[in-house]
Amino acid sequence: MPDDNEQNQPIGFIRRFLAMSPDSVPKTIFTAVAVCLVASMVVSAAAVALRPLQAVNALKDKQINILQVAGIYDPSIDVVEAFEAFEPQVLELESGAFSDQFDPATFDDRAAADDPATSVELADDPAGIGRQSQFVTVYLLRDAAGDIDKVILPIHGYGLWSTLYGFIALEENGNDIFGLQFYEHAETPGLGAEVDNPRWLALWNGKRLTDDGGELQISVTRTPPAAGADFHIDALAGATLTTVGVHNLVNFWMGESGYEPFLENLRAGEV
Amino acid sequence: MAHKRAEMLVDPLVDNNPITLQVLGICSALAVTSSLQVAFVMAIAVTFVTGFSSLFISMIRSQIPGSIRIIVQMVVIASLVILVDQLLKAFAFEISKTLSVFVGLIITNCIVMGRAEAFAMKNPPIDSFIDGVGNGLGYGLILMLVGVIRELFGSGSLFGITILETVNNGGWYVPNGMLLLPPSAFFIIGLIIWAFRSWKPGQVEEREYKIQTVEAH
Repeated sequence: MPDDNEQNQPIGFIRRFLAMSPDSVPKTIFTAVAVCLVASMVVSAAAVALRPLQAVNALKDKQINILQVAGIYDPSIDVVEAFEAFEPQVLELESGAFSDQFDPATFDDRAAADDPATSVELADDPAGIGRQSQFVTVYLLRDAAGDIDKVILPIHGYGLWSTLYGFIALEENGNDIFGLQFYEHAETPGLGAEVDNPRWLALWNGKRLTDDGGELQISVTRTPPAAGADFHIDALAGATLTTVGVHNLVNFWMGESGYEPFLENLRAGEV
Repeated sequence: MAHKRAEMLVDPLVDNNPITLQVLGICSALAVTSSLQVAFVMAIAVTFVTGFSSLFISMIRSQIPGSIRIIVQMVVIASLVILVDQLLKAFAFEISKTLSVFVGLIITNCIVMGRAEAFAMKNPPIDSFIDGVGNGLGYGLILMLVGVIRELFGSGSLFGITILETVNNGGWYVPNGMLLLPPSAFFIIGLIIWAFRSWKPGQVEEREYKIQTVEAH
């Protein structure tokens, strides 16, 4: 507060200043600046000091979401321990093969999307993400025999207010959806934020991405597409733009600029 | 003086409760009372903010220019709310996700602004702090009352611990789903106000009109 440390100051000036009428113009400006300075220092000190703790929490939250989307989350088991069931891999999107260039434990997808060396500017950008990283961290879940059971792929794209970050879990055939979940977004509570509603998320379970001819058919729309109910997730009522965003981002990431090369390899059994 | 201060702390709980008597802070009371744990954290957060915002505003009250006093109050309140939000994100991440926007909306909670403007601007710091804490607790008390009713009858549990075994889990209790929706808090707060005013008739507002009796000529 501006008048707390007056004893260290030359008495004359500060005293005279404090004794001034608070309603005078210089005093008003001084008070405004002083209050803002003190407040901003407190706020930024708190933000900086607490950031490491918050980062740990955010990571744990992300890991819980990966466990949930893979259907193996159990609150009684320690998250870090349970998370060891996954095999993280850095995937090169264009070739659809795993890359040894980066360590999956430390690779940061979002930083990679900003780095010109690892990302491309999208000309055709239905998901509204601007730049796309050419490398992403994916998580593999293997069964007892060591074969791939599920793959968990990160997806993101723009909804109405915010970029939605989530994961989609696919079965080993690379075509059946096991689940989808978002772990970070700022959509309207009660409308767009219903993308978190477990009953809506359950609709994704068992849907298929591509038809028998290999065409991508998945759609999040009000009316079922011609391809049939196997490829249709009912839109969220009252959240048209969020729904369109989810539709676009799923189609983008499952399409040729996204995971298609990898999924082709997976379907061919080459992963 | 000590007697008066104790009174200042207890007075907003029932006699001058910010929700039931002044009918302030209803919006967040609807939103955060479907589970007790969330209501409890919200109550602590609001008590912290009202207490310390009143303290700091009262400390600099003689230096605050009248023309920008609301802005100065808002800066102090907003900084404290951001501080609470950051602390929750660091130490109670799950709850901060559930509270989401409502922590930020403490800034616009009329109770905080009301105490700053009505009390802290005219009273010394310690008194203001006690007044702020008292009002935060008064808000928290109603939040907890509503939370107990909504969580117990809406999902059969208290603080997440099952009390009434619900049918879905093989028990006997059919939960009242409406209590989990925000409008139910309107009914419950209304009933609490009714109960308080029946207990303390002095809280009943005077009618703004009087029905005229017509005398026969």
